[in-house]
Amino acid sequence: MDIVDARGLLCPEPVVLTQRAVKDGRKQLTVLVDAEAAKENVTRFAASRGYAVSVTETGGEFSLSLTKA
Amino acid sequence: METEVKLTKLSNCAGCGAKVGAGTLAKLLGDMPTHHDENLLVGFDRSDDASVYRVSDELALVQTVDFFPPIVDDPFTFGQIAATNALSDVYAMGGEPKLALNLLCIPENMPQSAVQAMLAGGYSKAYEAGAIITGGHSIFDDVPKYGLAVTGFVHPDRFYKNLGAKIGDVLFLTKPIGVGILTTAEKAEMLEPGEIDPVIALMTTLNKSARDCAVRYRVHACTDVTGFSLMGHMLEMMQGSGLSARVETGAVDFLPRVLEFANMGLLPAGVYRNRTYAGPFVDEGDLPLKLRDALFDPQTSGGLLIAVDPADADALERDLKASVPSAQRIGVVLEQGDKSIYLV
Repeated sequence: MDIVDARGLLCPEPVVLTQRAVKDGRKQLTVLVDAEAAKENVTRFAASRGYAVSVTETGGEFSLSLTKA
Repeated sequence: METEVKLTKLSNCAGCGAKVGAGTLAKLLGDMPTHHDENLLVGFDRSDDASVYRVSDELALVQTVDFFPPIVDDPFTFGQIAATNALSDVYAMGGEPKLALNLLCIPENMPQSAVQAMLAGGYSKAYEAGAIITGGHSIFDDVPKYGLAVTGFVHPDRFYKNLGAKIGDVLFLTKPIGVGILTTAEKAEMLEPGEIDPVIALMTTLNKSARDCAVRYRVHACTDVTGFSLMGHMLEMMQGSGLSARVETGAVDFLPRVLEFANMGLLPAGVYRNRTYAGPFVDEGDLPLKLRDALFDPQTSGGLLIAVDPADADALERDLKASVPSAQRIGVVLEQGDKSIYLV
């Protein structure tokens, strides 16, 4: 499974990396971030591109699972 | 030949987005000892834009300081923005800036021409404002920072606080919103050439003309909209006044493409800090998320938020439209409700 590791990166980098990763129209992607703002921004980006997002948090890190409906 | 300086690469939270959150600040300052002085008309016990100290029955000093890391790469433009932003706090009090001191932090290896350009930008705006830069202080620092400590004059009976709004007052905002979002989009390299220009024009426009219009009318409260966002600064005004505001979001002017980028999640972290602080006091209704997000966008060198007597609102609007075309009539002040701000 494809993973974008955006931990430690400041906005807007997590969104930029996610955008790059979904350019080919893939159906599934996992994005790892470690900041609230990055989690929210990637969630907004994913929604704007028609992906459903589910978030799991472990110790301040977030794993965002993006699935194209 | 000197290498080109990419100023924004040296800072990770730019402009007023670098501000310490309002809630954090209130906690930090909560227990500090302070003298009582009856001539101190506005001090830091309240979250106002500047302090005001009465010198005589005719004259009060307005004092403020503001500085931040680069929000643009061009050093001259950055100097202009930092100075415009610092001078703005005096205008927000209804005053006129007179004296200023440079605050400068520079990396040891920063080219001299870039430092000079930064300062030249600051001097150009102080000159335009009619203020004199009389000196300053410089230190070495990894991240460059620039700003001004500004002293201005105001009549001790006729200055503006960020509280004191009255029921029925009409709210004006004198610049469009979206600086934080567009500079984030710029960082993401999503802007076309030239698309940052209106943002720079906004950030380097003094609030002088807006202030000069406002002083002719019965203004009850005024503040400038900066890092705490339109919502954060309006919340301070409403909480301080013990009232609530209704904002016609359709009347709020956004810079081009701001809502598009907000929708894509190109939001600076300050949006979330501002929402954590101000969000609980805002009834966001069922408006689109991108619109609500943009209202929490931290502004750098933003416009004035003015609460004016309703009898003067039309005249102020005409006056503003003539000299500050970006001014918008965005809402009204209401009795205090469950929330401090209602978005419609």
